Amino acid sequence: MAYSDKVLEHYNPPHNVGSLDKSSPDVGTGMVGAPECGDVMKLQVKVNPETGVIEDAKFKTFGCGSAIASSSLATEWLKGRTVDQALAVKNTAIVNELSLPPVKIHCSVLAEDAIKAAIGDYKSKQNAAKPEALAV
Amino acid sequence: MKTPIYMDNHATTRMDPRVFEAMKPYFMDVFGNAASRNHSFGWEAEEAVEKSRKQIADLIGATAKEIVFTSGATESNNLALKGVAEMYAERGDHIITQVIEHKAVLDTCRRLERDGVRVTYLPVKQDGLIDLDQLRDAITDKTILISVMYANNEIGVVQPMKEIGKIAKEKGVLFHSDAAQAVGKIPVNVVQDGIDLLSLTGHKLYGPKGVGALYVRRRNPRVQLTAQMDGGGHERGMRSGTLNVPGIVGLGAACEIAKREMQEETKRMSFLRDKLKDKLMSELDEVFVNGSIENGSIEHRLPHNLNISFAYVDGESLLMGINDIAVSSGSACTSATLEPSYVLKALGAGDDLAHSSIRFGIGRFNTEEEVDYVANRVIEVVRKLRELSPLYEMAKAGVDLSKVSLTAH
Repeated sequence: MAYSDKVLEHYNPPHNVGSLDKSSPDVGTGMVGAPECGDVMKLQVKVNPETGVIEDAKFKTFGCGSAIASSSLATEWLKGRTVDQALAVKNTAIVNELSLPPVKIHCSVLAEDAIKAAIGDYKSKQNAAKPEALAV
Repeated sequence: MKTPIYMDNHATTRMDPRVFEAMKPYFMDVFGNAASRNHSFGWEAEEAVEKSRKQIADLIGATAKEIVFTSGATESNNLALKGVAEMYAERGDHIITQVIEHKAVLDTCRRLERDGVRVTYLPVKQDGLIDLDQLRDAITDKTILISVMYANNEIGVVQPMKEIGKIAKEKGVLFHSDAAQAVGKIPVNVVQDGIDLLSLTGHKLYGPKGVGALYVRRRNPRVQLTAQMDGGGHERGMRSGTLNVPGIVGLGAACEIAKREMQEETKRMSFLRDKLKDKLMSELDEVFVNGSIENGSIEHRLPHNLNISFAYVDGESLLMGINDIAVSSGSACTSATLEPSYVLKALGAGDDLAHSSIRFGIGRFNTEEEVDYVANRVIEVVRKLRELSPLYEMAKAGVDLSKVSLTAH
């Protein structure tokens, strides 16, 4: 199984590997798993609460080259986007950018899930900090 | 030292140059059909085939008449299982095998089950070996065949063949073994091991692909088979089809070389395998060998096999990182169906270790320099991937990974 050049680019070396401070109110953490192949992705975003712009993103992934590349690409795309733009990122865009074969599409789906989980975590932290925002 | 380095000798082996030399005349000079009885072209080809039969028989303790040529071990396995099931159908309809057999045996058993044969698949223990008491208990008066592979292709463990042979003899059940990975690597003797049928193939012992053999016992007892390839009655009616003379010559030459050099080669293979294992285990933490490893004892494991799991690192990503080294992995990501290795699962290791496993198969043409290089590269890449791994991060922080719940999709 030959890898596309794009996948290799994200592997040698991968971009944005690392961790952000989980406990910080500006950081959202998403950890997702794909039962079918055992992959695990952790994706974190640091959001500017005033502007809603993602200032930093980091990832760690246990999985094949395509999974690593998908999550690395995701962090690259997230930096500079707003939270709502991040939620609009679709796995199909990742598939196209990395030229993922059919058997690896689930890796891109996992990356999309990781983004949503991270944003979701950030949002729930923000809501918890501002209880008046919950009032309808 | 050239790259890429080939260390996947359980998948196939490079042909030995001496085997190639032995085969050359049989393409354009001695090119007759071995079954042509009326002219020298045929006689010469037949002579070469008979010589090869003897070379193979000598390697496994059989006689030349007991060797049937096939296209490889897969065909030999099919012939043994189906041939016995059909021939002995009056006597019984039960076959016993085990869960970590090669697909050539397992899929053939499934086909036989669809045709009404009952099959018992014995489980294996954590070291990869079957439980002899379970085998004994599984035998009924309808059992006609036990099929247990000599050495496993993924984890290299060698089953207790002599003991199985004794049990089979005691109960009057035929004993077949897929010995593709064992022949030429460790001493295999069909008489001493009590084996009645044995499959072997050329391309696992530095011989050609596309040729193999099935040993079929002629005395005590005389085993009969229903042929699966009809048409001409070649190989005493057991396998029709014009013989692949060059391939057969190559197979014979490979067996002769193996017989002569096995003892020395085993020493060298064990040395290289142990060096690799020791380096990896001393430089990295959380590294586990899959299957029985009785400290180099060849009674329990092939001398050149190392199947090893690097916790928290996915096998396929490791393979991608060592892209100038050819090995294989039991990771789900490497299989088209996303299933992790069924062999590793059967050991009870847990999916996470199956995903993190790498299989090294050292061979005749690997050097110590290559082993050192491979060890260093693997260590380097494992370290890099652990930096990337959320599981390693959590484990280091003392998180119990079995308790972590992940948002699944």
